[in-house]
Amino acid sequence: MINIENLTKKFGDNVVLSNISTTINKGEVVAIIGPSGSGKSTFLRCINLLEQPSNGHIWINGEEITHPKANKMEIRKAIGMVFQHFHLFPHLTVLENVSYAPVKVKHLKKDFAEKIAKEYLTRVGLMDKMDAYPNRLSGGQKQRVAIARALAMDPEIMLFDEPTSALDPEMVKEVLDVMKDLAQTGMTMVVVTHEMNFAKEVADRIIFMDDGRLVEEGNPNNFFTTPQSNRAKEFLEKVL
Amino acid sequence: MNLDFSQIVPSIPFILKGIGATLQFVSVSIIVGLVLGTILALMKITNKKWLKWPADIYTSIFRGTPLILQLIIIHFGIPQLFEYDIPVFMSAVLAFGLNSAAYVSEIIRAGIMAVDKGQIEAAEALGIGYRPMMFNIILPQAWKNILPAMMNEFITLTKESALVSTIGYMDIMRRAEIVGAQIYRNLEPLLFAGLIYWVMIFILTNIGSWVERRMRQSD
Repeated sequence: MINIENLTKKFGDNVVLSNISTTINKGEVVAIIGPSGSGKSTFLRCINLLEQPSNGHIWINGEEITHPKANKMEIRKAIGMVFQHFHLFPHLTVLENVSYAPVKVKHLKKDFAEKIAKEYLTRVGLMDKMDAYPNRLSGGQKQRVAIARALAMDPEIMLFDEPTSALDPEMVKEVLDVMKDLAQTGMTMVVVTHEMNFAKEVADRIIFMDDGRLVEEGNPNNFFTTPQSNRAKEFLEKVL
Repeated sequence: MNLDFSQIVPSIPFILKGIGATLQFVSVSIIVGLVLGTILALMKITNKKWLKWPADIYTSIFRGTPLILQLIIIHFGIPQLFEYDIPVFMSAVLAFGLNSAAYVSEIIRAGIMAVDKGQIEAAEALGIGYRPMMFNIILPQAWKNILPAMMNEFITLTKESALVSTIGYMDIMRRAEIVGAQIYRNLEPLLFAGLIYWVMIFILTNIGSWVERRMRQSD
């Protein structure tokens, strides 16, 4: 579904990603882990072109999104993204946050978009907060709304950029539970995370990154018990 | 103390008429400044150099030279260059509108830049186009940063409006000067004009703080 070939990203002379190649299949849940500054977020942000890759190619469903003539807006419609700091629209209610893009981008009728929005809000357990403004929500609730907002666009792929890193510890679970549910529905998910238990339990594959390189990838059981590279061993010793 | 206001009493209606004249050209100038300033601000925040440059140069010129110089150049330069006898009202509106646009564009630009960059990313990630993103997501949030500074700009503009007396526009200031010349007493009419300006600014300032309080409440 997502083919990545020799992806490289430079900020000036600073090489943030170098020569990353991998394939992510439909319905697969991939967890990207690694020390901070290893390029995990940049890698994720290249997949929906929030960062423009400096070199290399990315295909989604056979269509090259890194092609100079590719339509960014069309590509992004099929890719949902959840951010570390939620980025809900503070001046819109929860329901408006979720239904805005379906109306504006997909040109759905307002009441139909709201019906869809309510379905997703029910799914993340926040139907009762529909008329509240984001500043009335806890961090965990905000992130669940952000997930509903992304899902309302009916994406084929969901990207999560450290979705629980900005949350108080007691709110991490409610967000991870929503993500687990989503994984079970067969959604293709790419998750940058520091939650090793979540990666172990939910991911089909782990990608370990360090210093802008894809150092190691494999299924969670093998990766967490017998990591191949020294860098992964060192990293796991510190975090587990 | 040699101070006698009794002599200006018959001229009070004449001076008060200047309030209308002042407010008239100030409000038209504000509108010109707002419209042009918004366009300039949008030009400045794009990453297209050919749009950004003209806006930056414009701002640099109008903020980098005295307003009174701009006013006089417009009023006496246009007749010389284009053989068009420009009415004082139009000169006044042009100078103040064009000048204000430079400041307004900076206020709006700064207000937009102060909106969390994550808001743009969230909108982009949802596939929302530039226009709806700007008008539905970014500007409604920028408004809160913009409005207090904008009120300040209106107050400055109202005060500085007295400069148009130099090209003969019959505003409060000009009328006070005329009365002073007629009765051979300048201080009293000028003090009276000062009182009118102070009251006008006092009202505007209060509207400004009221607006600011309202904004803060909605946080």
